[in-house]
Amino acid sequence: MTATRQIEFREALREAMTEEMHRDKRVFLMGEEVAEYNGAYKVSRGMLEEFGPKRVIDTPISETGFAGLGIGAAMTGLRPIIEFMSWSFSLVAADQILNNAPKMLYMSGGQFGCPIVFRGNCGAGGQLGSTHSWCVESLFSNVPGLKMVMPFDAYDAKGMLKTAIRDENPVFFLESERLLSVKGEVPEQEYLVAFQEALIRRAGDDCTIVSFGRALYFCLEAAQELAKEGIECEVIDGRTIRPLDIESIVKSVRKTNYCVVVDQSWPFASLGAEIAAQVHQYCFDDLDNHVMRVHSDDVPAPYAYNLEQEMLPNARKICQAVRSATYNA
Amino acid sequence: MTTMTTRPAALENLATKLPDETLRKWLRDMLLIRELEVRTMQAYQNKLIGGFCHIYIGQEAVAVGTIAAVKPTDPIITAYRDHGHALARGMDPKHCMAEMFGRIDGCAKGKGGSMHMFDKAHHMYGGHGIVGAQCPIALGLAFSVKYHDEVIEEKTSNGVTLCYLGDGALNQGSFHEAMNLAGVFNLPVIYICENNGYAMGTSIARGTTMAHQLTAKADAYGMASASIDGMDVVNVYNQMKPIVDDCRKNSCPAFVEIRTYRYKGHSMSDPRKYRTKEEEQQYEEQDPIEKHAAFLIKEKGFSEADHDAMVKDVRKQVRAAIKWAEASPIPDISELYTDVYADKWGPYTGTSESSMLGDPEK
Ligand SMILES: Cc1ncc(C[n+]2csc(CCOP(=O)(O)OP(=O)(O)O)c2C)c(N)n1
Repeated sequence: MTATRQIEFREALREAMTEEMHRDKRVFLMGEEVAEYNGAYKVSRGMLEEFGPKRVIDTPISETGFAGLGIGAAMTGLRPIIEFMSWSFSLVAADQILNNAPKMLYMSGGQFGCPIVFRGNCGAGGQLGSTHSWCVESLFSNVPGLKMVMPFDAYDAKGMLKTAIRDENPVFFLESERLLSVKGEVPEQEYLVAFQEALIRRAGDDCTIVSFGRALYFCLEAAQELAKEGIECEVIDGRTIRPLDIESIVKSVRKTNYCVVVDQSWPFASLGAEIAAQVHQYCFDDLDNHVMRVHSDDVPAPYAYNLEQEMLPNARKICQAVRSATYNA
Repeated sequence: MTTMTTRPAALENLATKLPDETLRKWLRDMLLIRELEVRTMQAYQNKLIGGFCHIYIGQEAVAVGTIAAVKPTDPIITAYRDHGHALARGMDPKHCMAEMFGRIDGCAKGKGGSMHMFDKAHHMYGGHGIVGAQCPIALGLAFSVKYHDEVIEEKTSNGVTLCYLGDGALNQGSFHEAMNLAGVFNLPVIYICENNGYAMGTSIARGTTMAHQLTAKADAYGMASASIDGMDVVNVYNQMKPIVDDCRKNSCPAFVEIRTYRYKGHSMSDPRKYRTKEEEQQYEEQDPIEKHAAFLIKEKGFSEADHDAMVKDVRKQVRAAIKWAEASPIPDISELYTDVYADKWGPYTGTSESSMLGDPEK
């Protein structure tokens, strides 16, 4: 048995970056307020003291500028970690992160890769309104050439961030601000978490629920509720969105014959729609009902607390979807 | 192309020509902003307000002095530190509070929150949460006024648009693209950089080139510019007025830096470790509200008693606004589906007017 300890999600992220920066001098961290301010969400606390201002670098509010800088650095052999205070703010850098990073290798005929990690908060925080509540996973995962990761707990946050930093491709690493203070069991010893390996977070025979990141907490809550009604759900954490471990999902659906996908982004042309389509394709003969989806409602994120709560996926909506999918409604 | 005009060094004291009533109103407006902000911080601590919340205390003279220099129908637009602009523009504090409380009677029916204050009746086009995002939108506001006057109404246009931005926004591409287009299209928009010294924890010198002479940004775009002390509302007005008149008359853009200071943290969660108590104190000693009150007392026959009465009256108004906002209901869940599309379609129920516009009695 390896020894473990309880650390916060944000500490896990910090440990991953710190270990990788010790291992590889090419790795550096850049972003708004990451150094002297210790990070807007204190993820990089203490890193400036540890590595100095040449490797932990504050930038002005110029997302296009520093995202582009990171891409150039990655093309020329460095391993940048670019922090977006929030993925909502990456939209002003869309051309850099979508048009340049994921296509560089292809466009240059294999000459210039782009081993870069873009990371930051993704998803509704608490009452931040429309501009600050982006769930970029559906929008951005459409683009070939990038990888996308959405960790669920401290263990995955650390192991997958280390893997992301070592990856030769641009990795979009989506963290949830709401999870940063959540503690989890993390080994003392070094470890990596491989991409494209989904995980069963709760086993069950009656219905498969597929989700990612923070929304999994709602799924687990719903599964507990449904168990009281005699519906045993199998909750699958996809962990990486690109590449997607569709095999594990299919395996589970072939066992349960029912599937609900929970995706915190909007429903139209979404990650949830993609998974549903793939499950329909591979499990057509196994399904006893069509795949049901739970998303944020198809409206801009409202500010008012009650409206925001209603808009987001939650345990109630998931329970409803599962009951409906399994003809228990 | 616009030609560069340099501002005369010695300005006429235009403010003294204004009626005493106006000069007193400026004091009241600044007091109202400050009182609302103090109560906003309390309400935030009491969890009546959620999300991000940015306090304008210290910067009051900027919003009040610049807005006084334009007509009430000239469009204005700003960033997320927007409560002061909303009030200076004439929004009733009760709608401002109700918005922050996430209530149906907020200016945006509780859908915008602190960072997104909109007020159609007072020609305030937001409240924008993304740093720099308002800069290109301001171009459109100025363009639209001009187009409406010249193309549709076939008359000479003389509107002017004010676009506020923080010093941090100077580093956004959107700002620079907007500056260039304003010049190329000769649009009467004034970019007002409220230089409070910091973008969150980044002091301007750490994030911005030519921080000691921000008017250089305007030079690059061939645009008239000025650098103004923003801790004195009379000075802000005096310096802004000729610039506004010039932009209006010649349909050209301008850039002004207004030097100011935010007394509080960047948002409600900022411990302000990046600056010293001494620095804060130094600015608080030049407080724009105290300065203007002293001016009115010394020069305009305003008495201590008048001042006390005004302070009391403002407190009363804000207290009443909070009570009113607390009594306003949370939005009905059906509001989630209004205002997504203008027309009724599928689950969307079209759009509806905010009570602020719909019922002036409320
Ligand atoms: C594109 C973008 N990046 C980052 C942020 C997060 N953020 C909000 S305000 C702010 C500082 C802005 O400072 P400044 O422009 O000087 O305005 P001030 O807050 O001083 O009024 C930052 C970094 C954002 N809202 N939008």
